[in-house]
Amino acid sequence: MTQTHSDYRLSQLDQLEAESIHIFREVAAEFEKPVLMFSGGKDSIVMMRLAEKAFYPAKIPFPVLQVDTGYDFPEVLATRDNWVDRLGVKLIVASVEQALADGIVIDDGKTSRNRHQIGTLLNAIEENGFTAAFGGGRRDEEKARAKERVYSHRDEFGQWDPKNQRPELWSLYNGRLHEGEHMRIFPISNWTELDIWDYIGREGIEIPSIYFSHQRRVFLRDGMLLSESEHNPLRDGEVAEERTVRFRTVGDLTLTGCVESTASTIPEIIEEVAVARVTERGATRGDDRFSEAAMEDRKKEGYF
Amino acid sequence: MSATNMDLLRFATAGSVDDGKSTLIGRLLLDSKAIFEDQLEAVEATSSAKGYDYTDLALLTDGLRSEREQGITIDVAYRYFATPNRKFIIADTPGHVQYTRNMVTGASTADLGLVLVDARQGLTEQSRRHAVILSLLRVPHLVLAVNKMDLVDFDQSIYENIYREFTQFATKLNVPDLEVIPISALQGDNVVTRSENMPWYSGPTLMHHLEHVHVASDRDLIDARFPVQYVIRPKSDEFHDYRGYAGQIAGGVLKPGDEVVVLPSGMTSRIAKIDLFDQEVPEAFPPMSVTVHLEDDVDVSRGDMIARVKNAPTPSQDIDAMICWMTTTPLQPRQKLAIKHTTRTGRALVKDVQYRLDVNTLHRDQGAGELGVNEIGRVTLRTTVPLLCDPYSKNRTTGSFVLIDEATGVTVGAGMING
Ligand SMILES: Nc1nc2c(ncn2[C@@H]2O[C@H](COP(=O)(O)OP(=O)(O)O)[C@@H](O)[C@H]2O)c(=O)[nH]1
Ligand SMILES: [Mg+2]
Repeated sequence: MTQTHSDYRLSQLDQLEAESIHIFREVAAEFEKPVLMFSGGKDSIVMMRLAEKAFYPAKIPFPVLQVDTGYDFPEVLATRDNWVDRLGVKLIVASVEQALADGIVIDDGKTSRNRHQIGTLLNAIEENGFTAAFGGGRRDEEKARAKERVYSHRDEFGQWDPKNQRPELWSLYNGRLHEGEHMRIFPISNWTELDIWDYIGREGIEIPSIYFSHQRRVFLRDGMLLSESEHNPLRDGEVAEERTVRFRTVGDLTLTGCVESTASTIPEIIEEVAVARVTERGATRGDDRFSEAAMEDRKKEGYF
Repeated sequence: MSATNMDLLRFATAGSVDDGKSTLIGRLLLDSKAIFEDQLEAVEATSSAKGYDYTDLALLTDGLRSEREQGITIDVAYRYFATPNRKFIIADTPGHVQYTRNMVTGASTADLGLVLVDARQGLTEQSRRHAVILSLLRVPHLVLAVNKMDLVDFDQSIYENIYREFTQFATKLNVPDLEVIPISALQGDNVVTRSENMPWYSGPTLMHHLEHVHVASDRDLIDARFPVQYVIRPKSDEFHDYRGYAGQIAGGVLKPGDEVVVLPSGMTSRIAKIDLFDQEVPEAFPPMSVTVHLEDDVDVSRGDMIARVKNAPTPSQDIDAMICWMTTTPLQPRQKLAIKHTTRTGRALVKDVQYRLDVNTLHRDQGAGELGVNEIGRVTLRTTVPLLCDPYSKNRTTGSFVLIDEATGVTVGAGMING
């Protein structure tokens, strides 16, 4: 619960919450067909919580879209279903497998599932006629994101033009679109990884169990600890063994590494994050490591 | 370390190219441990690949590929770091005159403006312009960081000349609070730790000042303003008659029982209760996002404003404002644009460009007739809907608007209402 103080000060977490709620309401008021992109990860769960608060006691006035890579952690899907049930929102699942089968995205054998998500997502946005898609991107995550607007314009091809962004001043957001274009909305732009954890702790909300320390059979690949899985066949020389781990981000399980950790409560995670020496993406996301400008390139093509 | 009780400072940085802005921000991030090993390693690798004999901290902040290639900062970048009591959001803005609009953007939400000068060059036309823009945007706190003191042998007289010249210039501006700090961004002097090279300086280090500058009192807590964003009507059995007006408090304090007026209709009522999610709160103040309930069944919708009966803005269709123009086709009389002010959207006709302000000299050019890209001037508009506005000098939320090109959909102007 938010406390009001006699000196009219709002803690930074309450200020961030107020700003995000303002953004949710602005979009619901001004866009015809918004959708919330829900990965089941901690950032999208915080978005769900903020949307819940923004419209309470009414239901969230837009559906939730998940891009299913086919390689999602079952624990994440379970949390997703709990959230969707509790809030009574409509869930749309856009499947990468289906998009591949339908020829909407083409598998050249070299591209990761993560990249196939782009085509699958854009197709789902176009098919459903969504005009605004909320994403859980934070500006502290990565250099290209640091410059992205809260309302981030996408052309008819779903592409972002970083050199030609609309000025964004005060809290006055410009949602004008032409036919076929859409807007990506980043309501938690100004949150940091630590803010997200503080908020999850304060709100006491459900997140996937894989964020907490657990026993798991893992193996080392490209310096990352990956989960043993049927989707992740071991290569020559790789051996799986049981370790005490947790995940700092959740994504495609063939690319998302875990870290050895005994942090099993939110305060322990916060403590770990506060002293972490490596960014969450650098540590555990294979998809960002291909080049220094990897994220910028994927964003231009229409990634989250 | 938990952020639950921390407060927040948003600041904007400005400086000419090569004054050391990126280096300074890199240092603030590094010294507050907001930089991670992998980011630092990437920057060290790039620095040595470029043949530098030091780590170019500027690479930490220069994000987009074209910027790294050109070596300049072309867009506003947001950075985050925290010390135990405060979280900081930096709007890192480019310094060039052709990026004035980006600086205006970064300054629009800032509590504090940080202007860098190179100690070897002293105040330049650009530094004056940066101070002018920050004061036009009513950024309440200003810091002038005199950088590269290491290159002038930490000479006190150089600092003092710049100090004197700048404070003199600042008297012409609206600068409620000014601090001038001699630093070396590269070596760290007076950034986080006090410099042993400048024993003659007795003021705060930059970080100390950022951590302690008092911002809570900058908000207007007198004039209650609540722009209605969204009407919440659940239409469920449990909340059958629920009708709440959702929005973010833009000024003043609202409490249950307050007598209020709804603008532009002028209908009056009382506040029945104020909800914050599933809790009722005894009062609401900026920048809280809340849901307000009225005692009477008056007609209220998005774009309306709830204010106090005896203290409400006057609805006006004739707007006198300072405008920063942001696109290459000039702003001219008779032009029609879309306007967004708080939660209201309408159309605006440009009646007159009264003058163009030379942001370097503060000279007013009455014969200008139009505003080009990155130019700022005083303009009269006529709007199709009345704006429920205050002077920008009183309230940065209800005193500001943006102008949108109706054909392209692009934001082309930023306005600050005079009065
Ligand atoms: N000697 C010295 N060099 C500095 C200092 N601050 C920045 N520089 C150098 O000045 C150049 C421009 O710095 P940069 O941070 O990119 O400036 P920006 O264009 O304002 O972002 C770089 O070569 C920096 O290493 C300083 O305090 N002392
Ligand atoms: Mg720079």
